[in-house]
Amino acid sequence: MNNAEFLELFREQFDETSPNDIDLETSFKELPEWSSMVALTVIAMVDDKYKVKLTGDDIRNATTVDDLFNVVKGKVKASL
Amino acid sequence: MGFLKANNVSLVGLAASVPKGRVDNLLDPNIQDPEKLVKSTGIRYRHIANDNVCTSDLCIDAARNLIDRLCWNPLEIDCVLFVTQTPDYILPATSNKIQNALGISKDAFCMDISLGCSGYVYALSVCASLMQNGSLKRGLILAGVTISKLCPVTDKSTYPLFGDAGTATALAFDEKASPILFHFGSDGAGYNAIIVEDGGFRNPTNHESFQKVNYGDGIEHSRLQLHLEGMDVFSFAINSAPNSVNQLLQYGGLVKDEISYFIFHQANLFMNERIRKKLSLSVEQVPYSLYDYANTSSATIPLTLLKTLISRAAIDKVPIIGCGFGVGLSWGSFYTELNNIILSEINNFE
Repeated sequence: MNNAEFLELFREQFDETSPNDIDLETSFKELPEWSSMVALTVIAMVDDKYKVKLTGDDIRNATTVDDLFNVVKGKVKASL
Repeated sequence: MGFLKANNVSLVGLAASVPKGRVDNLLDPNIQDPEKLVKSTGIRYRHIANDNVCTSDLCIDAARNLIDRLCWNPLEIDCVLFVTQTPDYILPATSNKIQNALGISKDAFCMDISLGCSGYVYALSVCASLMQNGSLKRGLILAGVTISKLCPVTDKSTYPLFGDAGTATALAFDEKASPILFHFGSDGAGYNAIIVEDGGFRNPTNHESFQKVNYGDGIEHSRLQLHLEGMDVFSFAINSAPNSVNQLLQYGGLVKDEISYFIFHQANLFMNERIRKKLSLSVEQVPYSLYDYANTSSATIPLTLLKTLISRAAIDKVPIIGCGFGVGLSWGSFYTELNNIILSEINNFE
């Protein structure tokens, strides 16, 4: 897995935010569209594509998209 | 192993009562962006009990209607299980009070079961297990909740999602019945994902219990009200529910396409649709009652089953799977085949 693919999938969870406004260094919780609902779609995407569970704390403790990618990467590694 | 098989017991009747008063999420001024909320949660109406109405009142009303429809003599009911997390009192158990209110025999086996979203599956397993050797011939499962009393308007994570309901399910000893199969699961590591923190004996009620705590993002409630970690519950549910159903299918040698209905606990549409898609089930196989009744905890499975069956002309060899998941964390699934079940219309309780 790589962070470019994760970024692409992460961007797809937003309806109103342009993909250009989201990169790996974006503090995603500061995006106007970010909401508990978008958080659930991110959890669902990670469950679907990477087969690992994100928790509320994982989302709360991450600031940037890259932070979240690293959490997912760590969980995927641990599950192998 | 988490599996159980109960023989010789049939599900013979279903009834439900909901408070007459209901709130329309689309018209509720306390909800921001109501159309978006209804679309994502699937929840439009919530039936809300008055201050003086308890879960037991709703369940007793449902039970009375069902006993009438079945033409049962209450003195011949051998077992009453009340499954709720909003009982009348911390003690005594409410099932004893219900036994008396319904005129059920003093020889009856009565017990409260403190479970929420998964509770119906567990109560069904307890009742069927007790009855399968024929000593107890008629049983009632009363599942319900008045959880709206724990969901303040200041908490957007619970207030628009939960409603109140009481249900009654009748079981009868029947040597010709096909077996009821179960799968169970529990993960107490997530005990605080859905919790009322104070008022029990771990954290007795104190002055601070009444103070509102602001958790941010539109979530403010006291420690005597419901706290829900939405993201954790979602992550748990979209894994545990499909896994439980798959394990049950495997245990029973069952084929998904041959199951008429999968009746899931009604959490919210976004979560439930995720579960449906993970299991590759058709829209027709997965009925909902969320739009009209919201999330009613242990009542959702019988309420959804009743709403679904009432619209059918005949009920003859209808294989179903039920699956509950949530507070505990606790989950479970059951399989049974329904035949000639007596249905009582969903009653509006005043």
